[in-house]
Amino acid sequence: MARARPRVAIVGAGPAGAFAAASLLRARGDAEIDLFERLPTPWGLLRGGVAPDHQEIKRLDERFDEETLRRGCRFLGNVEVGLDISHEELARHYSAVIYATGAQTDKSLGIPGEDLPGSWAATEFVAWYNGHPDYRDLEFDLSAERAVVIGNGNVAADVTRMLMLSAAELERTDVADHALEALRESSVEEVVVVGRRGPAQAAFTSAELRELGHLDGVDIRVDAADVELDPVSREWLAEEGTFTARKNVELLREFAARPAGSGAGRRIDLRFLRSPVEIRGSGKVEAIDIRRNEIVRSGDGSLRAQAVDEAVETIECGLVMRSVGYRAVPLPDVPFDERFFVLPNERGRVLTADGKPLRGVYAVGWIKRGPTGILGTNKRDAEETVGCLVEDLGTGALAPPPDDGPGQMDALLAQRKPDLVTIDGWRAIDGHELELGQRRQRPRVKLASREELLAAAGAAAN
Amino acid sequence: MTYVIAGSCIKDDSCIEVCPVDCIHPKPGDPDFEAVEQLYIDPELCIDCDACVEACPIDAVFAEFEIPEKYGYALELNAEFFAGRSTIERTAA
Repeated sequence: MARARPRVAIVGAGPAGAFAAASLLRARGDAEIDLFERLPTPWGLLRGGVAPDHQEIKRLDERFDEETLRRGCRFLGNVEVGLDISHEELARHYSAVIYATGAQTDKSLGIPGEDLPGSWAATEFVAWYNGHPDYRDLEFDLSAERAVVIGNGNVAADVTRMLMLSAAELERTDVADHALEALRESSVEEVVVVGRRGPAQAAFTSAELRELGHLDGVDIRVDAADVELDPVSREWLAEEGTFTARKNVELLREFAARPAGSGAGRRIDLRFLRSPVEIRGSGKVEAIDIRRNEIVRSGDGSLRAQAVDEAVETIECGLVMRSVGYRAVPLPDVPFDERFFVLPNERGRVLTADGKPLRGVYAVGWIKRGPTGILGTNKRDAEETVGCLVEDLGTGALAPPPDDGPGQMDALLAQRKPDLVTIDGWRAIDGHELELGQRRQRPRVKLASREELLAAAGAAAN
Repeated sequence: MTYVIAGSCIKDDSCIEVCPVDCIHPKPGDPDFEAVEQLYIDPELCIDCDACVEACPIDAVFAEFEIPEKYGYALELNAEFFAGRSTIERTAA
């Protein structure tokens, strides 16, 4: 008897979902995969997270398209699982459901003034300049000369660069039009980047840090005293430091040694071993207070930043971007680990409260491992999850779904989502954006509202 | 001659899968794999076959003489990653 074709739903069409679909099609070419996405467009943070001036990375969309949609995986866009379709309905219709929903909110600093107007999660700024339709109406006040970015990771580096690029440079990217207009009028001349730990512990990749030091018309300032490593950091770097940490320290020393004030119009000031203690202002952000830290070794051997004293330094600024990490939110009707903000899982098999695999439910990407790693990390992550799924298919651990009529999910979707965006709709959006881009000599001009996206998609359907 | 990987690398490991001489490191499963920010080509082992260029989904691999100016640092950086490793360490991995 011919074995039944496995029907699998993947929830979230970001990099983790795309790598999972590709991996599953490699392992089980007979799999019928439906890729659910709450936006009308696929590829998640590749489109909505990766900085617009990193166009070469966005090229990964071609590989995703080739390995998923062009191999028969269906795109079901503008459908929110948990709202339009329930987990229970997915479980009834598919042999397996893979959650690839990522981490949709940000960590907070937990300091007073965090919610003042002008204090933003960097992820909101990222979503806004990348044309995420849920963020296009945000209004960033870019009228102050100084902005402060809290955090030392690659998102902090991205937002710093986006605040410093010239209009001419931005025009060569696919930055959203509303952001291009606002950034063109920006008065921000200086970005102060504040890191709680030292230069040796900064989470930037050396590639991102190097870029900050090579922007046209932008000076970079690093205090020579900040790159004099303390004994704890020096020992750590020599014995446990990664290649990246060593390169970062080298780069920062090079930046610190540059002659002051080349006369460039804009400046990036990297400050280390400083923690924000309060964001202040009457009615909006006017200043941020920071305190000095030192690096100490914890009982478990790890390094952490600890306040040196209570002395506070005030930096006047009109804009604060908080970039201290992403955080996942619970999904309806699926177990959630409130301590680690992930779906409790073992190698991608989602677990019930008593630690047993929840039959047919899997996780991949940030909702599985937390918000760490880079794009390619999701490839190995997806292979692990898909490996478990394929094994479960082989051992018969996954019963055929009770609702075995292939047309039933389509009937549900037709009834509830008349504005469903399928592959034809996405191809129409993509083609339209690329054509607009070609006319304006830009890589792409994004449609940044749901109405425009759905109109472009709908034009294909009618 | 050698090929080099630029800092735009996303650690998609397609290049490692196609490299005929195993000169791209670290490999998935190596102890330092998760910690590195990119993959590197060992200039002493690379045979200039071009397979990794074809495999890379984001065009992060360049022939030594075709490195764009903004990635000018990459030649030295790839070599430096392997500096201090013995020939046996390099070829046994």
